[in-house]
Amino acid sequence: MNLINQTKLITAASELVRNILNYAKTGKIIMEIVSINARQGVKLTFADEGPGIENLEAALQDGYSTGSGMGVGLPGARRLVNEFSIQSTPGQGTTIILIHWQNGR
Amino acid sequence: MCGQDGSLDPEITTMEKIPILRMGPFLLVTIQVDLYDRLALNLENDLVSTIHKTGAKGILIDISALSIVDSFMGRILSNIASMSRLMDAGTVVVGMQPAVAITLVELGLTLHGVYTALNIEKGMELLQQQFTLPVSGQEDDIPQDE
Repeated sequence: MNLINQTKLITAASELVRNILNYAKTGKIIMEIVSINARQGVKLTFADEGPGIENLEAALQDGYSTGSGMGVGLPGARRLVNEFSIQSTPGQGTTIILIHWQNGR
Repeated sequence: MCGQDGSLDPEITTMEKIPILRMGPFLLVTIQVDLYDRLALNLENDLVSTIHKTGAKGILIDISALSIVDSFMGRILSNIASMSRLMDAGTVVVGMQPAVAITLVELGLTLHGVYTALNIEKGMELLQQQFTLPVSGQEDDIPQDE
């Protein structure tokens, strides 16, 4: 994976880890190499049992923050990587899965 | 480990500080280590008090060694720029790595009030132009007392 793609992936991960630590305090991150249809990539799963996200649609908008952040973590991470999925239940926790392919596409 | 301001720190026992160098009317900061959160916040405070003590007109922040700039770091840079502006000084960030620039744009971070320059020489030129020379033509707007 070239430098630009590494930078995007790591920056996205940094945003999501920060969210876990700020909101949920603890969580779990799983890193895997995946291969789908001869495409290779890195899959990161960010899972916590924290407060969850009340308004997911708002949280995915730029500038929205329920904390003291700038509100770019979630929408920014989504833009930086190839595949992004998020699932959250208020009171139970949040799971975010990122996949970034080796060639960035 | 999680502070009220959202900062996160490793367990540290030594008092680490980023050195602030003086270059005439300017301050130079080179970030060469992983900037963890308390270190970044200390830098903000140190820069503001150094401007106050020295009357510095500008800050050059060399980020050529940073391969990751996330929204927290982006906010530190914006904060430094805003605070120094309030104290009549400018901030120029120099040496941004291309991968960082590309990532910042996609992340959606606009570093408000942060000027950028390719390197320290150009950064100093920019500071000299923008923040130390009087703006010509301003006198036209000010009523003259005779």
